[in-house]
Amino acid sequence: MSVIEVSGLEKVYRVHEKREGLLGSVRALFRRKYKTVRAVDGIDFAIEPGEMVGFLGPNGAGKTTTLKMLSGLIFPTAGEVTVLGFTPWERKDAYRRQFALLMGQKNQLWWDLPAAESFRLHQEIYEIDEQQFQNVRGELTELLQVADLVDQPVRELSLGERMKMELIAALLHSPKILLLDEPTIGLDVVAQTNIRECLRDYNKRNQITMLLTSHYMQDIEALCDRVMIINRGKMVLDGPLSDVVDRYATHKVVTLRFQDGQIPRGLEHYGDIVEHAPPMVKLRMDRETVATEASRLLSEHAVSDFTVEDPPIEETVSRIFAESGHEQAEVPVAAS
Amino acid sequence: MRKYASVFRIALADRLVYRGDFFLSTFLHFVPIITTILLWDAIFKGSGRETLGDLGYKEMVSYYLLVMIARVFGSMPRLASGIGTDVREGGLRKYLLQPIDFVGYLLAWRVAHKLIFMMMAIVPYTIVFWVCRDYLPDWPGITTFLLYVVSLSFSFLLGFSINCLIGMFSFWFLEVASFLHLFMTVQYFLSGHMFPLSLLPDGVRDVIVWLPFAYETYYPTTIFLKQLPAGEALRIIAVQATWVGLIWVGIRLAWSRGVRRYAAFGG
Repeated sequence: MSVIEVSGLEKVYRVHEKREGLLGSVRALFRRKYKTVRAVDGIDFAIEPGEMVGFLGPNGAGKTTTLKMLSGLIFPTAGEVTVLGFTPWERKDAYRRQFALLMGQKNQLWWDLPAAESFRLHQEIYEIDEQQFQNVRGELTELLQVADLVDQPVRELSLGERMKMELIAALLHSPKILLLDEPTIGLDVVAQTNIRECLRDYNKRNQITMLLTSHYMQDIEALCDRVMIINRGKMVLDGPLSDVVDRYATHKVVTLRFQDGQIPRGLEHYGDIVEHAPPMVKLRMDRETVATEASRLLSEHAVSDFTVEDPPIEETVSRIFAESGHEQAEVPVAAS
Repeated sequence: MRKYASVFRIALADRLVYRGDFFLSTFLHFVPIITTILLWDAIFKGSGRETLGDLGYKEMVSYYLLVMIARVFGSMPRLASGIGTDVREGGLRKYLLQPIDFVGYLLAWRVAHKLIFMMMAIVPYTIVFWVCRDYLPDWPGITTFLLYVVSLSFSFLLGFSINCLIGMFSFWFLEVASFLHLFMTVQYFLSGHMFPLSLLPDGVRDVIVWLPFAYETYYPTTIFLKQLPAGEALRIIAVQATWVGLIWVGIRLAWSRGVRRYAAFGG
């Protein structure tokens, strides 16, 4: 049975539109103009226990709005959501004890106190028994290498350390579902890797279900088997990560190294040259014809080394964003 | 209940981080009272009268000293504006996500802050009251004193409820700062903080008794100052309790509607 079920989910915001300048402000006092923004425009999906799903989309695509609806912070305009059998926006304590929402740009810890104090508070708020509290706290502080920092005031910690503390606080009550919104934003590479590994490890051991948004494709590649891509509030793709490449990548990247160190002329007939660094050259070749074209190339030139790769996933994903955005640009935004 | 006890404990720890600031602000509380005493001294001398309203000069000074005590209980700095900030800047999210009640959380936090404040303030207050000992009213007897303390506790609850309800306005109006300012001025005046309400004309006083503000400062203070009989003191406490109950219902209503609105427009 799915732990998260979403059908026909919609969220329409009514935003106040103000014209620029003083005159606009005065006018707004008497007659307000509103426009409606379709942040989420009818999406459906289901997530099974233990899945780690990456939620992708450009800024303003509706990812955070969806996470907020799943965590009960906002009501949808239409549609149904069931998480662990609960309707999130009823905000029952029994539901709130079973999930956590971690936002990379928001903090929940007490700024002036050591993280250990905030952890204690969480223990009381979530009614976590002492044994479990000690176990989880011990396990996570070790995994994230912050055991010696829990007694320092949070304001003295670096961003990365603080984020690790936030993550521990979010996991203390052993949630069944963890929603993550940009958990690694602004962190250095080491801290990013650390958090990523902790999440993967934690998922393996505890069968927790995770849904995460991130702008770093490495996060998604390292953690998620499945991705959902939304743009302008609509689901563009929902499937295994490998599908993104299989279905949307139009070309392959072929790297060649020539025996005599010279790069022969006329390579542009085979594909676009993306990098030219003798004796190496990188070509972008059409995916459909790459096999025949490459073998022709190999038979005509003396090549010492040869690899064929998929293009970087970022590239494919941003193409999906661009194309899906373009398709829907015609859909008019309702004004009232 | 345990979780609110825990909020209380952690708020204590949090507040102690800034004890230096606290100490200084306590001393700053006493600056206005000195000017107030000098002002009333001039007014009494200028008028050539022994009493103004129902108070003599000595009672007037002790009124202001006792008002300071009532303010220790009833004033709620940054409670309403803090709710506004939480609503506007998304701090509210935390209380919606976690299995905890926002108002209960605020109350536990405020009790902790008040206790810390009292612990810190006890030294400067003792000094000031000792210096002004000649102005203070006579010891009213244990019964009146206990009723006075109970009434002060209700001043705390009343101040908390009123400010909490005002803070809930931020669900409907994103920027409440100027409204708060206006409200604070009215409250300052109507609670008896500015001057004893007995100086006001009867017509105005007839209106004020139907508002909660005077029960925050003026009436509890008169229990001690006028050594009110137990029956009268109990009546004041009963009115306080009624107001607390009514406003509490208002808070609950505002909260449930406010959260719905919050959830509809942003989150």
